Amino acid sequence: MSRKSLRWLLPAAALPILALLAYGFRVNHRDIPSPLVNRPAAPFVLTSYAGEPMSLEANKGRVVVVNFWASWCMPACYEEAPVLERNWRTYKDKGVVVLGVNIQDKPEAARKFIDQFSLTFPNALDPAGKVSIDYGVYGVPETFFIDARGRIRAKHAGAVTDTVFQREVDRLLAEPR
Amino acid sequence: MIRALSLLLLLLVATPAAAQPPATNVEDPRLYEVASQLRCVVCQNLSVADSPSEMAQQMRALVRERLRAGDTPEQVLQYFVDKYGEWILLAPRRRGFNWLVWSAPFVSTVIGLIVIAFTIRRWTAQRRKRLAGIATAPPAVDPAMRERIRREMELENER
Repeated sequence: MSRKSLRWLLPAAALPILALLAYGFRVNHRDIPSPLVNRPAAPFVLTSYAGEPMSLEANKGRVVVVNFWASWCMPACYEEAPVLERNWRTYKDKGVVVLGVNIQDKPEAARKFIDQFSLTFPNALDPAGKVSIDYGVYGVPETFFIDARGRIRAKHAGAVTDTVFQREVDRLLAEPR
Repeated sequence: MIRALSLLLLLLVATPAAAQPPATNVEDPRLYEVASQLRCVVCQNLSVADSPSEMAQQMRALVRERLRAGDTPEQVLQYFVDKYGEWILLAPRRRGFNWLVWSAPFVSTVIGLIVIAFTIRRWTAQRRKRLAGIATAPPAVDPAMRERIRREMELENER
């Protein structure tokens, strides 16, 4: 190996590493891609805190917003609870339903949270965490937007804002049923 | 020096022992086989078998339930991959593009050894050449310098 070829080889060897680094800087590492997007949403049947059955099946034909939350999830779940309630009230007559799935929580603490924000959309405890694992949930809060045909179309990690809620729901409502 | 060496040796011996998984979380070896390959999603570099978190507990319960229902370990792993993507596996599967990750350490070690071997060969060859040069060849003198020496010698003789 001559000195001349080495002069070229060293920068050439550094190039792929630099390219990888550049790629890593451009990727949003908090954005966790879900393999479930554009796949049918897993069915579930839970009992809501109001004592009613809460299932995905019963809401076929509607745009469903499934929100995973916990009362200990501070501050994100506390930030988004009023947003979810407000948008649920606006959209419930337009064929949209919000379902809250309470995970890794104690029922008393969860009930207090529901009272604190006067949540009127159904919320249910996921006792063994099966629904959350079925939806590939990493942490709370996470929100899934499911179209009228029962497919997951978007996943949002972190507190839902009015903008995110309305953008995703409007998009799904605009689609032909 | 000996004390430092023995300390180093102790560290090397002690590390694998300390890295053994805690036996408390998982009792069933089949459950451990699956759970140890799954990443605890709420932890940093911990497997579902090793994490005491509630999420990991729920995942272990699900693994146990699926194994009892007759699923093979591979089927249970595939269930988690379907839900979370391959990210959920602590070690990437040995196929396709992932081979790059598996082979990179070995390939780069071999390339490194080849570079080192070539460099050493070049160094020793250069050194041998230099030593041989000193022993045999007369020192190279610039023709202009030789001419100058000749002239000065002549001048000296004329005096």
